[in-house]
Amino acid sequence: MGETGTKPRELVAFSVGGQEFCIDVMLVREIRGWAPVTPLPHAPAYVRGLMNLRGTVLPIVDVGARLGLPDTETPLRRVIVVVWIDTQLVGLLVDAVLDILTVSPDALQPTPDVGCETIEPFVTAVLTVEERMVCLLALKNLLPEDDAQAA
Amino acid sequence: MSDAKTILTVDDSVTIREMLFAALSDLGYRVLQAVDGIDGLASLRDEEPDVIVTDINMPRLDGIGFIKHVRKDQRYCGTPILVLTTESDPDCKARAREAGATGWIQKPFDPAKLAEAIRRVTA
Amino acid sequence: MHTLPPEVLAPIKLVFFQECEELLGELETGLQALKNGDRDKEVVNTVFRAAHSIKGGAATFGLNALVHFSHTFENVLAKVRSEDIALNDELLSAMLRATDVLADLVRAERDGGNAAAIETNDLEEAFARYVAPEAIMQPSLAEFDDLEFTPVPAFEPPKENDWIIRFHPHADLYAKANEPLLLLRDLGRLGQARVILDDTGIPPLAELDPDGAYLGWTIALRSPAGEEAIRRVFEFVEGDCDLEVARGVLPASLFVPKRRAEDIKPLRDTKAPPSSAFKNPIQTIRVDTDRVEKLVNLVTELVIAQSMLTQRLSTYEHLDPGDELPLDEMHALTRDIQESVMAIRAQSVGFVFKRLSRVVREVETATGKQVSLVTHGEDTEVDRTVIERLADPLTHMIRNAIDHGIETPEERIAAGKPAKGTVHVTAAHRGGRIVIEISDDGRGIDRARVRAIAVERGVVSPGAELSDQDIDHLIFAPGFSTAATVSEISGRGVGLDVVKRGIQALGGRIAVTSEQGKGSTFALSLPLTLAVLDGMLVSVGGESLIVPLTSLLETIRPRTQDLRPAGPAALLMHYRGAYVPLIDLACVLGYRAQSLPPEKGVALIVEDDIGVSAGLLVDEILGQQQVVIKSLQANYRAVSGVAAATIMGDGRVALIVDVNAIIAAQRHKIPTLEKRAG
Repeated sequence: MGETGTKPRELVAFSVGGQEFCIDVMLVREIRGWAPVTPLPHAPAYVRGLMNLRGTVLPIVDVGARLGLPDTETPLRRVIVVVWIDTQLVGLLVDAVLDILTVSPDALQPTPDVGCETIEPFVTAVLTVEERMVCLLALKNLLPEDDAQAA
Repeated sequence: MSDAKTILTVDDSVTIREMLFAALSDLGYRVLQAVDGIDGLASLRDEEPDVIVTDINMPRLDGIGFIKHVRKDQRYCGTPILVLTTESDPDCKARAREAGATGWIQKPFDPAKLAEAIRRVTA
Repeated sequence: MHTLPPEVLAPIKLVFFQECEELLGELETGLQALKNGDRDKEVVNTVFRAAHSIKGGAATFGLNALVHFSHTFENVLAKVRSEDIALNDELLSAMLRATDVLADLVRAERDGGNAAAIETNDLEEAFARYVAPEAIMQPSLAEFDDLEFTPVPAFEPPKENDWIIRFHPHADLYAKANEPLLLLRDLGRLGQARVILDDTGIPPLAELDPDGAYLGWTIALRSPAGEEAIRRVFEFVEGDCDLEVARGVLPASLFVPKRRAEDIKPLRDTKAPPSSAFKNPIQTIRVDTDRVEKLVNLVTELVIAQSMLTQRLSTYEHLDPGDELPLDEMHALTRDIQESVMAIRAQSVGFVFKRLSRVVREVETATGKQVSLVTHGEDTEVDRTVIERLADPLTHMIRNAIDHGIETPEERIAAGKPAKGTVHVTAAHRGGRIVIEISDDGRGIDRARVRAIAVERGVVSPGAELSDQDIDHLIFAPGFSTAATVSEISGRGVGLDVVKRGIQALGGRIAVTSEQGKGSTFALSLPLTLAVLDGMLVSVGGESLIVPLTSLLETIRPRTQDLRPAGPAALLMHYRGAYVPLIDLACVLGYRAQSLPPEKGVALIVEDDIGVSAGLLVDEILGQQQVVIKSLQANYRAVSGVAAATIMGDGRVALIVDVNAIIAAQRHKIPTLEKRAG
């Protein structure tokens, strides 16, 4: 799935659980630090809860937990990347934001077949930056499936 | 129906007023009624309709006079005014236009014609 | 919709015949006055208008014989009015006879007689001598619409659908509120259009007359519609514009933009005098609802931020008394701003009430009952969000009041009441909410029947002791209907249970009082706005939650002696003669695995929208609060047991409990439960 198109893309790169990921900068609304979160009943463990972003109620998804990455010390995860997923605003809990990368579309390679199954649904492409592999994150699958409301 | 538009209907015939009310309410309008030109001007003191529909032949102040007065009011420079015309008075359209009417609806009208005329003069 | 539906037309037709009687009276009086020598122009006008109005209404209903004759009569009167013919005794006598004939025609049409058989030839001949024959035309009937028909040429010229239209409005066009944009839009609907603006006529700013017309357009239109259809678009503005319609195509080079924004140099200084167009200040302005929404959101954020600040500052120990004053000021100002902004969205309930008269007419016609609708408090204002959701419940309740409450005229007379029933609808502000009452003077709730049906349907057990109030509130139970045959009106899929749920979804409550034989009164209580909710702040398993006050009946400290186990996992509490399940909120929401010993907590007795009660066990009550509702679904999805979220003064998100869902989930655990009616 090589990318077509001629314009270079700008991506925000961040680290989670020792690995590197990136998202299109157009989808990132802001980056902020951790703030107290209100837990949600019956939510999966990777949904940490709800946070107040200047009046907007933001769900916080622990990306490391969602991707099944080894659990690093929680205090290290202190950065929230606020992104648009479809029409919803969601906060992604990551370890640190690294850089803004400008890449040409053909630098994005399809995900290699041999890899960790748990990560696959969440990665749409990979790219190489200074010999390191950075995965392009698929945001759509991060949130839990919409189950029908009880009662 | 959130912000329904308001229409002022001016006609001395209660039958026509009722017909207009029924048809315009169905189109989602909030309908104000007046029985002649004087009554119509009185309504305009308290309300600001988005569209005005008026008959021509009315006691006290007829449609032509009413329209002339309305057009003198700054608030209504851009408000569409439709007149109800009858085929038996061919130059009433011209007189109405001269007074400042935006368009017309020929009587007898049905809800579809009414809706079409309003559509033509409103966004 | 080509015509109004018959049930709407029928009452208007009755109104028409009534109006005809009045107009005939005016004709008679006016003509007599003219016969007696009165030559006042106004008398002639009145007589003319009377005939004109009769004709107009008759044409609407397609009463051909009446249309034809009144048309003839009207023509003569038009000539008299314009002084083309002079009045004389002979003419006046003919006109008086014509009035009689007209009356006969009206009554024949009204009573179903043979209007066509009424003799009109003599009078038509008499009038013909005064009026040129061609004036007596066939009036157009409702069927003859000005349907567009494009004349079909004998043979089709190949692909001649390209037109060039040149359109240059005059100032008059704008003065009559015609809009070029709408005309171009309508042209575009005929086919494919490309529009070129001609702005060469725009003078320098200093010479610009705001009422001038400087713009023109050239439109290349490809359409099978034909010249007549194209000209029809400009029908209303003929004479107020230069219009050319011709076949042809435009060279493609014309569609390149001539000037770019960068090429237009801003004027250095304009010596243009201040516009005198603002002589008369406008009293109202129209605002996009989106902008109002945005403003409302910003203001509510402001209120939250301000209360966060207040809370923060209240934790500082070194506050001077003087520090509080600016804070209080800010608090008061923010509250004022909030109220002013909410007021922008406020609308009078009268807006909804107006629709109710139509509902009354419909039900009157369908049931044969006679009802008069009286409204009070139309000016009572409520937020737009509530108004929109009020219309349906009110409509259903009016239908219900007439259909079930008001008796037929015969029954009413037999009961010593006036044949016409009355339904009062009143709105008022009370205690920070809006209260709407719908009361009728009908037969009241038949309690014996309601109770019988409830027992039959298993809603209550046969031996249950029920007060009158309890029985009255049974009518809100799901699927309840006392009508033997659900009438066409009320049976439109809406029982009072649906109405009640609708009201409760708005955060409102509904109650009924009734006196047999005298009538019933339904009272609705609604919040003034849907954006805000009154709630009880509680602590549950270390988290703060909000329980909506509208669901809350009472708070009590559970006593050991009132508790009873029910099955392995459930607990019941004795409360006012019944048993209600005691639900440990912390466990249900997953905040804590171990149940709290009930005696250590507080039970909030709540009720869901079908009247089932439960006790919600919480750690402690922290206070009452008014909170701004934030939807969970906006950025996440629905969560079972949670209705919405809010932001507290400390800046943290708090969840608002969904009482219905929590009770419903619990009922699965305790199948047999005595419902607390009401």
